[in-house]
Amino acid sequence: MIPSLVSWFTDPANWSGEDGIPNRLLEHVAYTAEAILVAAVVAIPLGLWVGHTGRARWLVSLANSARAVPTLGLLFVVSLWLGPRITGDLAFVVPSIIVLALLAVPPLLAGTYAGVQAVDPAARDAAKGVGMTPLQVLRQVEVPNALPLLFSGVRSAVLQVVATASVAAVISLGGLGRYLIDGIALGDYPRAAAGAVLVAVLAVLLDGVFALVQRRVVSPGLAPGGRGVSGRGKDSRSVEVEADSPSTPVRAPA
Amino acid sequence: MKRTTSALALLAASILGLTACGSGNDPLASETPAATTSGGSGEPIVVGGANFSESTLLAEIYAGALRAKGLDATTKPNIGSREIYLRALEDNSVQVFPEYTGALALFYDKSYTGTDPEEVYAHVQDIVPDTLTVLDKSVAEDNDSIVVTKQTATEKGLTTIEDLAPVAGDLTLAAPPEFKERPQGIPGLEKTYGVTFGSFRPLNPQGVVQALKNGQVDAANIFSTDPSIAENEFVQLEDTKKLFGSQNIVPLVRADRADEVRDALNAVSAKLTTESIAQMLKQTDIDKKDPKAVAQEFLSANGLG
Amino acid sequence: MTWLADNWRTVLDLALSHLYLAGIPLVVGLLVSLPLGWAAKRWSRSYPALITTTGLLYTIPSLALFVLMPGVLGTKILDPVNVVVAMTVYTVALLVRTVADGLRAVPDHIEQAATAMGYRGLRRLLGVELPLAVPVIAAGLRVAAVSNVSIVSVASLLGVSQLGDLLVDGYNRVIWGELVTGILACVTLALLLDLVIVTGSRVLTPWLRVQGGRA
Repeated sequence: MIPSLVSWFTDPANWSGEDGIPNRLLEHVAYTAEAILVAAVVAIPLGLWVGHTGRARWLVSLANSARAVPTLGLLFVVSLWLGPRITGDLAFVVPSIIVLALLAVPPLLAGTYAGVQAVDPAARDAAKGVGMTPLQVLRQVEVPNALPLLFSGVRSAVLQVVATASVAAVISLGGLGRYLIDGIALGDYPRAAAGAVLVAVLAVLLDGVFALVQRRVVSPGLAPGGRGVSGRGKDSRSVEVEADSPSTPVRAPA
Repeated sequence: MKRTTSALALLAASILGLTACGSGNDPLASETPAATTSGGSGEPIVVGGANFSESTLLAEIYAGALRAKGLDATTKPNIGSREIYLRALEDNSVQVFPEYTGALALFYDKSYTGTDPEEVYAHVQDIVPDTLTVLDKSVAEDNDSIVVTKQTATEKGLTTIEDLAPVAGDLTLAAPPEFKERPQGIPGLEKTYGVTFGSFRPLNPQGVVQALKNGQVDAANIFSTDPSIAENEFVQLEDTKKLFGSQNIVPLVRADRADEVRDALNAVSAKLTTESIAQMLKQTDIDKKDPKAVAQEFLSANGLG
Repeated sequence: MTWLADNWRTVLDLALSHLYLAGIPLVVGLLVSLPLGWAAKRWSRSYPALITTTGLLYTIPSLALFVLMPGVLGTKILDPVNVVVAMTVYTVALLVRTVADGLRAVPDHIEQAATAMGYRGLRRLLGVELPLAVPVIAAGLRVAAVSNVSIVSVASLLGVSQLGDLLVDGYNRVIWGELVTGILACVTLALLLDLVIVTGSRVLTPWLRVQGGRA
């Protein structure tokens, strides 16, 4: 099996054209980026608002339980429902992106919310005390302090979307999932296995990229050991904070 | 950067480790050794079905006919793919499965090109593993077909697949993913008919129907008994050169249980026709009736149970 | 919702199988993750390695893992055990990190105090560190529970019956009632599991309630 996997990867035919690795990889990254962007536009402002005002916390719980929605079912519903309303090739891309974006919302929302929520109340009070407006408090105190948890939410979301984008190949999305779905449909096992390997490699690479960005962006004072949420926060409060942290990745069926 | 490198190394190691556990054991390959347990008579019989409604319906019909003969038969529908359910037959998880002659021939003999119903049936009997037996084939057939919407057919003057040759370059075809590379799929269309579609949309069977209905594709590969063809007034293009061969419905059973089930299932095969299947599928898929009830009606009407 | 009224018995049966396929791995996965997570804390050099490896297990697509299982386990292809083991792998992948993080977050001064009071080794772990890590572990378990419920539905492709059957059949025959019931049943099941975990975690951490803390 490993030799057949190696020969699949070394076959030049698998490195060019529409069905070649570079194109499928790019497609996969593009779908991931689109879905994460759409989800971020919705989830991050919402998470900031919930965390800042403390209102509507049920939104976070709701989003969390929405993680139980089976991806395959969601894909079926969205494509059956939207299919007749979209014309042309977009009909095969838009439903998938919507589903992927929906899946990315819970970790992003939970991460942003937990990040703002975890800001030291003393820092917030101090900011108010020096006369900052609520918007200034948010931008200059809460957001920077929320970054470690926010980033871990982003990383969970990315991992989830990369893994799930392969299921969307069932409803004709391109990307690396094609190798997996086509390989299984044709009984071409090396191709299916190669698809699984490529998805895993991409997930790790993207996570590495975000880890590096996180290290750049997050204030060193907030990132013990440069590892964000998993740091050695050593006061008794941190246990509670962690309880809400989305540092564990969530993934849906692929 | 060092962390990334070590992460990659770990990734490789864990994947290789996982795959190595099944050393040389290609999980999708069909040459899994025959199951050691051999079924004796009187043991329960499980009739499997694949994940499309015709297969579910046929499984219910088979199981009903077996029960009418006093056998303890149940069904296990919705098994995802041929690779998986053929393994399930070989490891004795299921004992009976509704199959199609052409698809079965092609599964065990990837280069097979026969099209005559009798020839395909004879070939299938030869090449299935020793642990399995095919019983009598039915005249009922569920073949691949290329369909277009009524509007496309009228506008482009299409009645046969041959007619597609001059216009296909501007058209998109939707089909299950395997159609793209199967000898009787895209390569066959090109070789036999000189038909080359402009682009290809891989979709699951229901997705194929939806895409054609919504006008997102121009032609589709849909099974000939699919009730959505009549429902949506799709036009089935005639396969004048018999590219799609023969797909007669046939019970595939474990050899060690064949004697128990032979009479009951052969009696079913004798009664099934393409029309009766199409009519039953209309009831399950369009009228949303329970496949079990539809199967029972068929059995009663034909004195089979 | 007439579909549900006509088919509630089937739905209930499928929901029970679903619960079994998603729930057993949760328990087994937790039991496997505790020693692994503890090891990741105890030997801090092993932390990145363990976290990365288990995190990677998570990127293996479930369909691929389900299909691989019989080859690894020597089981039959339709055996529900394949799904249970695959789901346990995912649960462990999620929980090792949470357990490790939960144990690591126990404040040093508490560990030192416990040691001073004579708690050592396993006794300190079970009597002090683990109880304090309960809220974090419970949070991870909740994530694993919802994610398991969602992933299990893919097992329909392997002929292992559970609520995913409703999704496949509802889609194949375009029966909206069935499709929507399948989705809602999954969510309901996940909420129930979630409730069980939250309640369990509350019971195990009475001191948090006294402080008015949240679990």
